[in-house]
Amino acid sequence: MNQLLAGPPAVVAAGVDVFSDALRAQGAEVSDVDWRPPGFGDPADLAALVLDPRRAAANRTAVERVLAAGSVLTDVRPAREVLGLADRTILHAGPPITWADASGPLRGGLIGCCLFEGWASSVEEAERILAAGEITLEPCHHHSAVGPMAGVTSPSMWMWCLEDPVQGGKAYCNLNEGLGKVLRMGAFNEEVLTRLAWMRDVLGPVLAAAVRSMSDPLDVKAVLAQMLQMGDEGHNRNRAGSLMALRELSPAIVAVDAPSSDIAAVLRFIGGNEHFFLNLGMPTAKLAMDAARDVPGSTMVTVMARNGTEFGIQTAGTGDRWFTGPAQTPVGLFLGDYGPDDANPDIGDSAIMETYGVGGFSMAAAPAIVRFVGGTVPDALATTERMYQLTLAENPAMAIPILGFRGSPTGIDVVSVARTGWLPQINTGMAGRVAGTGQVGAGLVQPPRECFEQALAALAAATR
Amino acid sequence: MNAPARHVSLRSGVYADSVRLMQVSRDVGARDGVTAVLVAMATPLNVELAQGMGLAPEEPASPEQLLVAIRADDDAALAGAVAAVDAALAERQRSTASAQTVPVRTVGARLDAIDGPALALVSVPGAYAVAEAADAIAAGQSVLVFSDGVPVEHEVALKRAAHDAGVLVMGPDCGTAIVSGLALGFANVVRPGPVGLVAASGTGAQQVSCLLDMAGVGVSHVLGVGGRDLSEAVGGLATLDALAALDADPATERVLLVSKPPAPSVAARVAEVAGGLSTPVLSAALSPESPDLTAAVEALLGDMGVDVPDWPSRPGAARTAGSGAVLKGFYSGGTLADEAMLLASPVLGDVRSNTPLRPELALGSDLSVPGHVVVDFGDDALTVGRAHPMIDPTLRLEAIDRLAASGEPAVLLLDVVLGYGADPDPAAALAPALARTTSPVVVALVGTEADPQGWSRQADALAAAGAHVFASNAQATRFALDLLGAAR
Repeated sequence: MNQLLAGPPAVVAAGVDVFSDALRAQGAEVSDVDWRPPGFGDPADLAALVLDPRRAAANRTAVERVLAAGSVLTDVRPAREVLGLADRTILHAGPPITWADASGPLRGGLIGCCLFEGWASSVEEAERILAAGEITLEPCHHHSAVGPMAGVTSPSMWMWCLEDPVQGGKAYCNLNEGLGKVLRMGAFNEEVLTRLAWMRDVLGPVLAAAVRSMSDPLDVKAVLAQMLQMGDEGHNRNRAGSLMALRELSPAIVAVDAPSSDIAAVLRFIGGNEHFFLNLGMPTAKLAMDAARDVPGSTMVTVMARNGTEFGIQTAGTGDRWFTGPAQTPVGLFLGDYGPDDANPDIGDSAIMETYGVGGFSMAAAPAIVRFVGGTVPDALATTERMYQLTLAENPAMAIPILGFRGSPTGIDVVSVARTGWLPQINTGMAGRVAGTGQVGAGLVQPPRECFEQALAALAAATR
Repeated sequence: MNAPARHVSLRSGVYADSVRLMQVSRDVGARDGVTAVLVAMATPLNVELAQGMGLAPEEPASPEQLLVAIRADDDAALAGAVAAVDAALAERQRSTASAQTVPVRTVGARLDAIDGPALALVSVPGAYAVAEAADAIAAGQSVLVFSDGVPVEHEVALKRAAHDAGVLVMGPDCGTAIVSGLALGFANVVRPGPVGLVAASGTGAQQVSCLLDMAGVGVSHVLGVGGRDLSEAVGGLATLDALAALDADPATERVLLVSKPPAPSVAARVAEVAGGLSTPVLSAALSPESPDLTAAVEALLGDMGVDVPDWPSRPGAARTAGSGAVLKGFYSGGTLADEAMLLASPVLGDVRSNTPLRPELALGSDLSVPGHVVVDFGDDALTVGRAHPMIDPTLRLEAIDRLAASGEPAVLLLDVVLGYGADPDPAAALAPALARTTSPVVVALVGTEADPQGWSRQADALAAAGAHVFASNAQATRFALDLLGAAR
């Protein structure tokens, strides 16, 4: 405190301008806060959280676990084996949902799974058994897994198996199918089913053999860190990451005992898919966020995920409870003739990337895609600058070159979201509203405010 | 001379780009006693390079690991170099390219960008002040909460947290502070000097610091602690911390404690602590037994061996109060209103108020009841949704006009507070209303010549509008009482 009286202090002023002006007139160094009333939340709830003596340390613990988490690729195995996924069970993106509430692309994905697994022989039959509740639907997040877009994962699909060597967590994600007409975007035509069968019969076994043969497992976190130096943000742009993954996996893939035509097809498939790495990046983020689960008093977000109907979040201080609100429709650019009316509301577990501080939060790292999602380079820089005010830490492992290698904004604080009134910025793909359409575009989206309102109230209740 | 020392380590989970690592290698290599440095990702090429330097890692390296290899003249230089590498890798990089200014929404985000000592000044609505103030405490900085309407439990929690963090919470509802010559909120331009004020009262601190200035004595700091600090609920948390801070401050030779009537148990605790300090502490806590801030200033001046001057004043229009005239005190400063009531009650009997000396004297919603009345227009209940009466005179002007219209014979007693943050020309705002009333008007004009408004300029303008003007609120009150005495 003697420091306070040692000489005229710099002043940070929040509120009435007249005081700042009077201080400037005295030659003081004054920085104004552009203060606004909180975007939401009962003032008493906000105060309870701000004054919760556990919160600072809890948030530090939570975010330090996130920053400490590593991610190495240990195996590739079918979901049936590695997740113990029972017959007639399908995992999906986002919070829990029923067939009745499912949107077009999720329905399309579920239908595709039934056809792919042989649980139905026609679309009509698939719809009937899904509507009759004969298929169990569960969120990927309930199984240490994540899935992009519809996130539909059925027992015969091969899963990337990742481990956090620091804290021992495990996370899983299916293999990326590529762009266009794909199951995760809700397409289920012959082309989609043929590809899924090839992935089951060729791609999965080759990757499994290759990964198991690697004496040094692939350090996926290191690839993610390097991608950010190469123009990727790890959500909507995975170009450099996919090439690096191909580079790292290729020597092991070509050494697999399989027909050379299969090896060539695998390499061609990976090389032709700019989002191949997304399904490795997502479980990497999932490992880090799961490491921060169950820290009483922490107001940090551990999950942001959408099922195409609802957006759901979880926080470190509230365990596996979901806080949900209606999923918003992304704004952005459309493929071909598609337009805004064709887009489904927000869908996918891929917002785990933003939860981890990359994707939309590290938009400044990826000027190459800002136009694709309908923005400008200054917008991208401003977005990341704003996200620093929502987050608890900067991740030194995920450095953003254009910001002077500042670490990515990491660990969303529900209290900061309320106080700034700014919602997290998510980069996303857009699926067609009608089941079977596939991808229609890409753009930007935010969670609905309701998720954070409910989380804030629940976190505040936990302090009392 | 010691034998050369070497450090070779491989670190996982750390990635930095090669340019940054080259900078680190170069900077650490430039340290005294360091003869060779390689900080690089452990690619085969870099491992080979390290081998060539005689600094090969013993365990097998992978390109995702960070290789730190250093040779130095001795162990001390080596330890320094390793620490320098750690510090450089942990150093947060500041943005070098920022396209547009992103608004900064919280005190915490602002303080992030400030390295030295800072003071947060919070004047957001009371229900939200706690978050901004807590940001400052969390950042290890002191905070002045100007906001009123802050729940007392927030105040207690903030002050406890601040005490633990070794910082000070001034306020809430702290209108006045001067820190190292920097005037914050409503404060006057007073000379620097040896007297430190701890003030649970904003206008009380202004009155005291202005009178000291008029006597040629300056202040080191004015630490406002908020009007509730000496209540039972808050227990003097900030007063005790502020006293300790001033005691440790080399510029402060004497401390004057200014407050409204404190809770007796808290007053006793504060007196006990004050008695144990090395700096003499004098109390100017208002009470029926010591109702006069001017007298407290005079006592302090006496202790310091400084002559008490004739406090400045200006004669006003020779209006006489009508028969049966009553006292109408219309104040903007709560402590000045209290002082007026404490001085008037023994002479006039009960004085009703929105901030009464005793609960049974409370006014209801109607402030224009007949009889002796003192209104504090700066009270929280009257500032909801509008600026403080030192800035916005509307309610007080309405009250003056309503009194004139009522025809009730009265002596009008007002305070006018000058300084930073206050109305730039309060005399001009008051003059038309003063000209419309036929009652005698007495003004306590709190300020200094160096204030932006200038004490004499304002005093002359108020006198020209018919007011009797006093630099001392106690003298102004006694003059008003004399006028009432003449009327009875």
